[in-house]
Amino acid sequence: MNKILLIIKREYLTRVRKKIFIIMSILGPVLMASLFFIPVLLSGIKDDNIKNIIVKDESGKFTESLKNEKNLNFTFAENTDLQELKKTFSNNFYALLVIPENPEKDNVEIFSEGQPDMNTKMYISSKIEAKIRTDKLKELGIEEEIVNSVNPDIHIQTIKIKSDGSEELSSTEVAIAIGFISGLLIYMFIFMYGAMVMRGVIEEKTNRVVEILISSVKPFQLMMGKIIGIALVALTQFFLWIVLGIAIVSVAQSVMGNSFSESQQLTEQMMPNNQISDEMQSIDNKSQMINEIFTSLSNLPIGMIIFSFVFYFIGGYLLYASLFAGIGGAVDNEADTQQFMLPLTVPLILSMMVAQVIIQDPEGPVAFWFSVIPFTSPVVMMLRVPFGVPAWELALSMGALIVTFIASTWMAGKIYRIGILVYGKKFSYKDLWLWLRFKG
Amino acid sequence: MNFIEIKNVNKAFVNHQALSDINLEIPEGKIFGLLGPNGAGKTTLIRIINNITLPDSGHVIFNGHPLQSSHIQHIGYLPEERGLYKKMKTGEQAMYFAQLKGLSKNDAYKKLKYWFQKFEIETWWNKKVEELSKGMQQKVQFIVTILHEPKLLIFDEPFSGFDPINVNLLKNEILSLKEKGHTIIFSTHNMASVEELCDNIALINKSKKVLDGNVQEIKEKYKSNEFEIHFKGNFDKFSASITTEYEIKELSKNNGNTICRVKLLNNTSTNQLLSSMLQYGQIIGLNEVMPSINDIFIKVVEDINKKV
Repeated sequence: MNKILLIIKREYLTRVRKKIFIIMSILGPVLMASLFFIPVLLSGIKDDNIKNIIVKDESGKFTESLKNEKNLNFTFAENTDLQELKKTFSNNFYALLVIPENPEKDNVEIFSEGQPDMNTKMYISSKIEAKIRTDKLKELGIEEEIVNSVNPDIHIQTIKIKSDGSEELSSTEVAIAIGFISGLLIYMFIFMYGAMVMRGVIEEKTNRVVEILISSVKPFQLMMGKIIGIALVALTQFFLWIVLGIAIVSVAQSVMGNSFSESQQLTEQMMPNNQISDEMQSIDNKSQMINEIFTSLSNLPIGMIIFSFVFYFIGGYLLYASLFAGIGGAVDNEADTQQFMLPLTVPLILSMMVAQVIIQDPEGPVAFWFSVIPFTSPVVMMLRVPFGVPAWELALSMGALIVTFIASTWMAGKIYRIGILVYGKKFSYKDLWLWLRFKG
Repeated sequence: MNFIEIKNVNKAFVNHQALSDINLEIPEGKIFGLLGPNGAGKTTLIRIINNITLPDSGHVIFNGHPLQSSHIQHIGYLPEERGLYKKMKTGEQAMYFAQLKGLSKNDAYKKLKYWFQKFEIETWWNKKVEELSKGMQQKVQFIVTILHEPKLLIFDEPFSGFDPINVNLLKNEILSLKEKGHTIIFSTHNMASVEELCDNIALINKSKKVLDGNVQEIKEKYKSNEFEIHFKGNFDKFSASITTEYEIKELSKNNGNTICRVKLLNNTSTNQLLSSMLQYGQIIGLNEVMPSINDIFIKVVEDINKKV
């Protein structure tokens, strides 16, 4: 036992002291944060290129609705021949919009030299649709006020009824986000640290350090020491990421919060009263949404989520890390690992691929089977847990994972103890099978 | 008393037989040479003694008890293929190996300091192993092997890759370990390198033991009655007078001095040889030619092959 501790200590310390570990610990949360912020930033970049569009409006109804907006400039052509326009518009204009006398489903056309972009197309069609709709409703004698009031913005609140009859505000979006983030983290850590175990084994083998070690400790101790030591490295990294992540978020919050209140003051100074109330309205909406997210967060089975996260994190890691260790023992260098890696990477990648299906239907048969089969359950079950999973399914899945990782550790141990002392040969699956049955 | 007894040990791997029915006795406090060409099964046998692999059948007696895993604390093993963690600091790494062998942190530190000074590598304590030369790395490996003062020391190809100065250093250390009562096993295919050190040897070829016993007794048994003679006088007349009693095998001449190798046939004694030679000149020196272990090995293997 003491020897396993020594091995764990060495595996842990040599890795934690490495520069790459320290860099990754700092860079990790920054990269993750940028993963979230970059799309936001990108969408904030405005297209400054103003597009001039000439409109041939034969109905004459759309002068009001097609106003110059954002980066679109509309010019209405009068009394010009359509054929003439088609030939010449491209000299001065980005596109030519032709609205017939009675605009209907298919008869509005846009001509342009290149493919007109999506935003322009959608903007125009939505404006035309809106105008036609209000006109038609007006024809039917419905007042404009009524027309406006039948455009409500509906946000469905999901409420769970618990077995004791009490009600709880919940949010599908929040459940998806939590499930997806925890599933993704488990997936990443299994890959990163499983491969680290494998590389560690290969390093000891190619350096022939293993020959010296093996006369002091049992191969199984060596393998388990390495797996546990690296698990602790993973947990340390994970812990650092959480601490740093919280720090970054709180810093970002205080910075963004400040700029938010500043901009609020500015708007109050600059804008006439009626516009302020609009602005305030949207702020109210926002804070209401944030409130909702927090309430539904606190209504999630947090204890259950944390427990299952830790369980599947450790269980999944142990299952895969032991198999990675077995592979490391069976090969001479990293290039030879490919053929053995495939059966390990396929289920892992598959479990990320079915995530979409599972989020849509967290109780369906796909979700059930993938969350019970041990090779996919660590990732898939985490996607489901925030939605609430029946206790028996959870018990079945966890039980299967425990049984499988014990079996995989035993198998990997056998392959490992033979493999680490054999060099210079390439092995096939058949060899590994013989090793498994070999009493050694 | 025998420190190690190996009884009817067999070991087969997936594709080949590594050891067939090996019996060996390794006396306590002596140096034992396990000799044989590459692939003969030496390393497998050593791994069995080290409890790394288990024999298919047969057993090993360690110091009077059947071998158990707790015995590895009393074994120091320097493997043939050996290495260190390249990125780890030398001292730290030596401490790690020493503690794995069961030494306390304090003991390990004291002993390592002593040996690092003795081998003049103490300035390398805080350097990474990859900065050390190969010879220095081997010194570290040697220190780690003997540090916990095990009763049994096993050296697999100990001198490969060492320069002659370091080979001498190691030989002296090993001899002083023997004087302190440690039992030592050498395993090597380079028989000449350990001949002078070994008290007993076993020759292994193609998974089978072909010969074992005390080195002197074996040489006695396999000597071929040859003598090397340094002779001054009329050698030609002597060789012309040669009868069926002698066979002159080798010859070098220099200023009337002749060195020759004479094989005595038909139970002729050295006295008869000397008296017949004295008629033609003066004998400056005479000594018996003892076969090298290498020669004996080749002879034994050839004999076995002839029988087959």
